[in-house]
Amino acid sequence: MSNIRKNKTSCIKMGRKKGGTVLIFLFLSVLGIFMLFPIYLIFVMSVKPVEELFIFPPKLYTLRPTMNNFKDMFEIIRQNRVPFSRYVFNSITVTVSVTLFQCIITSTAAFVLAKCRFAGRKLISNIIVISLLYQSNVIYIMQYMVMAKLNLIDSLLAVILPLIASPMGLFLMEQSISQIPDSIIESAKTDGAGLFRICWQIVMPNQKPALLTLIIFAFQSSWNVQSGAFVFHEQYKTLPTVVNQISSAGIARAGIAMAAAVFMLVPPVVVFTLAQKQIIETMAYSGIRS
Amino acid sequence: MLAPFMILFIIFTVVPVLMSVPIGFTDFNMVQKPNFTGLSNYTALFLSDKIFIKSIGVTAVFAFFTGFVSFVLCFLLAWLINEMPSNLKTIFTLIFYIPSMANVYSVWKIIFSGDINGYLNSFLINIGIITSPIQWLTDGNYVLGTAIVVQLWLSLGAGFLAMRAGFQNIDRSMYEVGAVEGISNRWQELVYIVIPSMKPHLLFASVMQIVSSFTAGTVIQNVVGFPSTDYKAHTIMTHAYDYGWVRYEMGYASAICMILFIVMYMANRAVNRVFGKYTD
Repeated sequence: MSNIRKNKTSCIKMGRKKGGTVLIFLFLSVLGIFMLFPIYLIFVMSVKPVEELFIFPPKLYTLRPTMNNFKDMFEIIRQNRVPFSRYVFNSITVTVSVTLFQCIITSTAAFVLAKCRFAGRKLISNIIVISLLYQSNVIYIMQYMVMAKLNLIDSLLAVILPLIASPMGLFLMEQSISQIPDSIIESAKTDGAGLFRICWQIVMPNQKPALLTLIIFAFQSSWNVQSGAFVFHEQYKTLPTVVNQISSAGIARAGIAMAAAVFMLVPPVVVFTLAQKQIIETMAYSGIRS
Repeated sequence: MLAPFMILFIIFTVVPVLMSVPIGFTDFNMVQKPNFTGLSNYTALFLSDKIFIKSIGVTAVFAFFTGFVSFVLCFLLAWLINEMPSNLKTIFTLIFYIPSMANVYSVWKIIFSGDINGYLNSFLINIGIITSPIQWLTDGNYVLGTAIVVQLWLSLGAGFLAMRAGFQNIDRSMYEVGAVEGISNRWQELVYIVIPSMKPHLLFASVMQIVSSFTAGTVIQNVVGFPSTDYKAHTIMTHAYDYGWVRYEMGYASAICMILFIVMYMANRAVNRVFGKYTD
């Protein structure tokens, strides 16, 4: 149903030659093969039996695919003092709370910065860009000291809280919201709508592509976050921490490392695909909007 | 409404950043109490650290390809994908973005492996371009190129996705107005409609590309080794890693990072000026 509508709208676009579209498709496919080749190798290696992993010359395929690498991975995790489900629970807690709160808090703040006039607005925007550009290897140590002062060390909050106020997310939303004409917001104000309502009922529905992109970034960064030096107790560690531990244990775990990489890749790819589908739908309907 | 963000941002980003700035003026080594040493870290960097001077050149080359070239590539691909039917849009966006999601760039070491059985070498030998294997990961003539290829593969990240979102957010009525005013092909549409209304996304992407290209270090170290042959792929960030986490001279490493920040800040100012001129 929605497909038909989309095809119609794409006919409105002017001057599209069939041949050009086919050429673009071919160009993207060739480049796409280059992009996918390493990913393909990982997939093949994750289902290769161990004795085939070190055959020379290395093969691009396997005739005897096996799930043993995946089984071994779960087996090793099971030997830890903490059950596997505990790591999954930690990672899901971190991912859900970061994604939810980051999207709400960051985009609300972005709306205020982009559309409300107040003293110091420009300064805050500049500080946010500067914080993106300033990368130093001592920041991590300082973050540790701050968290120690706040008694956050060795809890899931130490992983969650720093990820919520994302300067990158704020910058993305601020840039995107700045495109909305001030007149829309002014007229909503004269209609008596509060700032919070304007933000979430007028501005955000117009910002679906940026908001969904923010969800992708937030999900990806929190799903992959390693609890690192902020957490000592095994029961508060996240899934990537333990996966990284087992897969960095040298050549004997080469197959398992590939299985772990594939396993960790599945949730972000699912979220990405769902969000992208939504983003592309936006195009079909925005014509109706105006 | 700004408060929840600002409180978390100040506690977990601004305060640690402000605390880390003075470290560059000390001899902090993570064990002893830091002593104030004035500008000596900075003078040592420019006057007696030959490898640092070399790393500036390497970073410049690296940032040109993985920052500027990659930025153009991001835009080009985001646009070409936009010309596809909608189902293919999702698939192609996924294909180009998937390297940024999968933390698996070390697989390139197998592809670039230096014996005749490495994937790239055996391919090139089979089609007759080379007769003996090339040491992609250790030959000083190739290490920087190899690192650039891997980073380029990884670089269609946040900026690329933001641009894709930007393309989807262009109002349809803009195209219709354009059609009425006589725009007759993809190129004109790109120049007169798309680029002007994508300015915010382009600015976001440029900051992202500046950050990822200037601060590249871990990827290079993992692919071509640390230190790389003749320091041929030794970037400023690798140098900071060397002093910070190998020698524990944190004061000196902080000074290196501060200089890198100044360079990135100036690069960002320059980019903003170019965009400002183009869109006004």
